[in-house]
Amino acid sequence: MEASTARVESSPGESLREAARERPAAVAFGVIALMVLALIAAKGVHDVAQASLNGLTLGVIYALGAVGLTLVYGILKLVNFAHGDFLTFGAYMAYMVNVTWGMPLFAGIFVAMAATAVLGLFLERAMWRPMRSRGAGFLQLLLMAIGLAFIIRSTIQWFWGTEIRTLDVNVVDSATFLGLRIGETELMVVLVGLVVLVVTGLVVRFSLLGKQMRALSDDLALAETAGIDTRRVILYTWIFSGALAGLAGVLSGALTNLRPELGFELLLPIFAAVILGGIGNPFGALVGGLVLGVVIEWSTLVIEPRWKVTVGFVALIIALVIRPQGIFGKARAP
Amino acid sequence: MTELPLAFTLEAFTDFGFWSGVLVIAGIYAVVTLGLQLNVGYTGLVNFGQAGFMAVGAYTMAILVLETGLSLWLAMPLAVAATMAFGVIIGLPALRLRADYFAIVTLATAEVVRLAAQNARDLTGGNKGLYCNFEGGEQVCFDDSWRSVSDSILGFIENFWSDPESLLPLLLVVWATVAIGTVALGYIQRTPWGRVLRAVREDEDAARALGKNTLLYKIQSLAISAVLGALAGFFLALFLATITPDDYEPIVTFFAFGVLVLGGLASYRGVAIGAVILWTLLEGTRYVELPISEEKAAALRFAIVGVVLIGLMAFRPQGIFGKREEMVLGD
Repeated sequence: MEASTARVESSPGESLREAARERPAAVAFGVIALMVLALIAAKGVHDVAQASLNGLTLGVIYALGAVGLTLVYGILKLVNFAHGDFLTFGAYMAYMVNVTWGMPLFAGIFVAMAATAVLGLFLERAMWRPMRSRGAGFLQLLLMAIGLAFIIRSTIQWFWGTEIRTLDVNVVDSATFLGLRIGETELMVVLVGLVVLVVTGLVVRFSLLGKQMRALSDDLALAETAGIDTRRVILYTWIFSGALAGLAGVLSGALTNLRPELGFELLLPIFAAVILGGIGNPFGALVGGLVLGVVIEWSTLVIEPRWKVTVGFVALIIALVIRPQGIFGKARAP
Repeated sequence: MTELPLAFTLEAFTDFGFWSGVLVIAGIYAVVTLGLQLNVGYTGLVNFGQAGFMAVGAYTMAILVLETGLSLWLAMPLAVAATMAFGVIIGLPALRLRADYFAIVTLATAEVVRLAAQNARDLTGGNKGLYCNFEGGEQVCFDDSWRSVSDSILGFIENFWSDPESLLPLLLVVWATVAIGTVALGYIQRTPWGRVLRAVREDEDAARALGKNTLLYKIQSLAISAVLGALAGFFLALFLATITPDDYEPIVTFFAFGVLVLGGLASYRGVAIGAVILWTLLEGTRYVELPISEEKAAALRFAIVGVVLIGLMAFRPQGIFGKREEMVLGD
């Protein structure tokens, strides 16, 4: 802060870098605004708006996945490589209820969220808590998470096989407004996703639990000293993380289809959203996910759509190299 | 596929064909994992990009042979150099990051390589991959030169053994590489250079305070690992006689980590043993006739690696040969 007053007569380049350091969110917003203007100039308002809408469906899924992942990452310092397979698990739970049992999709969503939350809770009690109390290190937990991802995925493959399955959703009808087309399923995904994201944001921002989660994410030991029941908050974090992952999985399954790799393929973009938003920051993850989805979809206006997944990863690498603490993260000593 | 009655036939384990398959794939994984051992076990770099290095090596080699008509024996060193350069380019920015970010960046990089191979169809053949080109009615394959060498080795072996396994030459070359790699890495680990790597692993700030350019050491570590990745990429390409993006999925790196922790961190000789154990387990389940469908057997093989990873990390994080005091599994 005092640096900005001390360096009044710095060069423009210097002050720009200074600005990027001090107000990264504003700079990021500026960059995105410039991208929008350039795209509108090149492709017209309609195409950009349509791509943004498509990107939003992708973005809510990334955001839902990222909020849970970032909380677990921030609080437990656990890089949960099995998070993607939580999504897959949720999707197949919904498939069981929605297709095998023939119940409505919303029942499927509910069961998926509940079941994935229970899975998260169970794993915390059976695996993560005992390992933490033994003082397991970063790599140890990381490799266990990868092992867990393998086991969840192969269990799903054991029961449902590798064939591609679809949920019972309407893929034909679409709605039109303001000249933009959106499929009914996509509309459902965006609406459900956005409502849950807003609720999530409010809970994390205003509820006592949300404040406690953020306190743990900042400094677990300090939060414990301040009298927070950290065990309880950690359990709730897993419930939160699991339920949102389950929902993200169902929405992704509804949007495209179900296969055992569904979640793993989403894991890296979700990591990208987490890192863009700053690790441990749920709001950052939420915005990061939405932005990433939209930017990936914008890229299809300029280059061939088959490259769009690559665009997401390249964005992740560039973001990490330029600003590892993320757009919304605070610069902290490593 | 017809359902088999419950029958455990272990005959496969007496078959040399089975063992030569296991040993070739285990040897390839041992080569990749030697690089991981140098990175993870001795430098403290959690490198998740080995599959990417394999892909860069294999694709560069095959493209050089098929597109420019270069000899395989010239294409291989060039591809090794390219992979090394790729490792350095990735390492320069990524190695400044914290361990968890480094892991994710290297994984993302490997995925970018794979997706690029999938999508740059003119160069890489897309999902069909690379094998042979037809030029003026004549078939040119990237492994032609290797096939002729392999045949002459087989011809030589036939002097002693009437009907040798066709994989035998590759098996010999792969395991010679494993042996040389294990000895060479074990040797350089005892040099001053190797001790600095350990210092970086134990406490990078302290190493820096002693005037060591730790970034340089980490880049060298990553570059050597990239070379081993490229070699393993060649071997895998020769083994499968084709190069497709699916052969270089992140799964390959995860399996290599399975080999790494099975053998034990900070132990080069553990790598080869870990690789043989893991692949005997994995291929064994393929040959043991279980009364389950192919799909379920595949799921089971997958779960084995998961169980190995979780079980080892929970109960014996130092693996078979690792030393507990050498393990920096902390953050």
